[in-house]
Amino acid sequence: MSELSINDAVVTTRLDAVVNWGRKNSLWPMPFGVACCAIEFMSMMSSKYDLSRFGAEAMRFSPRQSDMMLVLGTITNKMAPVLRTIYAQMAEPKWVISMGVCASSGGMYRTYATLQGIDRIIPVDVYVPGCPPRPESMIYGVMKLQEKIEKESLSMRKDHIARFYESLERQEAIQTAKGLTGQQTIREMLMDAADRGVGSIF
Amino acid sequence: MIIEHIDAQLPGAIADRHAFRGDQTIVVAKAGFMAVVELLHREGFQFLVDITAVDWPEREQRFDVVYHWLNLASQERLRLKVPVADGESVPTLALLFKTANWFEREVFDLFGICFDGHPDLRRLITWDDFPGHALRKDFPLDGGDAFCMEGCTAPYNNGERARA
Repeated sequence: MSELSINDAVVTTRLDAVVNWGRKNSLWPMPFGVACCAIEFMSMMSSKYDLSRFGAEAMRFSPRQSDMMLVLGTITNKMAPVLRTIYAQMAEPKWVISMGVCASSGGMYRTYATLQGIDRIIPVDVYVPGCPPRPESMIYGVMKLQEKIEKESLSMRKDHIARFYESLERQEAIQTAKGLTGQQTIREMLMDAADRGVGSIF
Repeated sequence: MIIEHIDAQLPGAIADRHAFRGDQTIVVAKAGFMAVVELLHREGFQFLVDITAVDWPEREQRFDVVYHWLNLASQERLRLKVPVADGESVPTLALLFKTANWFEREVFDLFGICFDGHPDLRRLITWDDFPGHALRKDFPLDGGDAFCMEGCTAPYNNGERARA
């Protein structure tokens, strides 16, 4: 009978659903701007397109204070260990949006200098095509991420990030054992992954 | 004008020369290179605009190290080329021109040409243990990276995929 007296003051739901609802509407983006996609990103954040309509306006330039990394531009092999470190430093739970074709697949740079897609080294949640993508597509990418967050389970996200940390430990072990630079270590790990027919190093 | 001056001061130093619409180029052998540079420096060519190199795989002296100078007083420009073979080194200009320090590191990094007497000859652009020298024409375009797709190798590599 007491249930009836509190009426609709109580709602029963799953933990995943209520936590994810909070997460998806309060994304803290960190721009990893390395090329022209970052220019479109500025437009996406500012008044005309205004990403704050989707609850992601609190932009932070420190990985410690953000949970959504936007990789905006070409990632070179030399930048690869930096990107991995910055991703590792971000507050959990964390998501990555790969903005533009360079970040997603190397784009037109099919060369020794360019990483052929950041999903080789860090887990990516949403890919936004375009060269560079328009602000609308970028916002659509964020909306797609929100949909994804809504549906995911908390434990799976945790495991997903834990797998990355394992690969980071493996990277450090190889680096110390062989006395290589970070860049060369990642390159060796990529080559090894390719020999095993795997698409990524985590 | 400067070319005539070099001819007068250092006869025989200039191995080859050509000019196209006022764009003056001289080719100097490695042996007489420093004498020419010191003369240029004295004559007001004190702005070393760039150092780069060109790879000619079919030539015996495989590389041209190319220098560009500007005379700030007379606004005269001069291009100087030094042909060197693979494994041969060139004297450094880093002590005469501060800017040469990084230019020479870049050329060393991308072509593997050493500069004698350089104070700090480390790779500038690629990382320290990068395999090979990226701007050589026999360097595969994908750097032997298995993640680059098939069929993207440099023409001088005969389609072979090099692994470092």
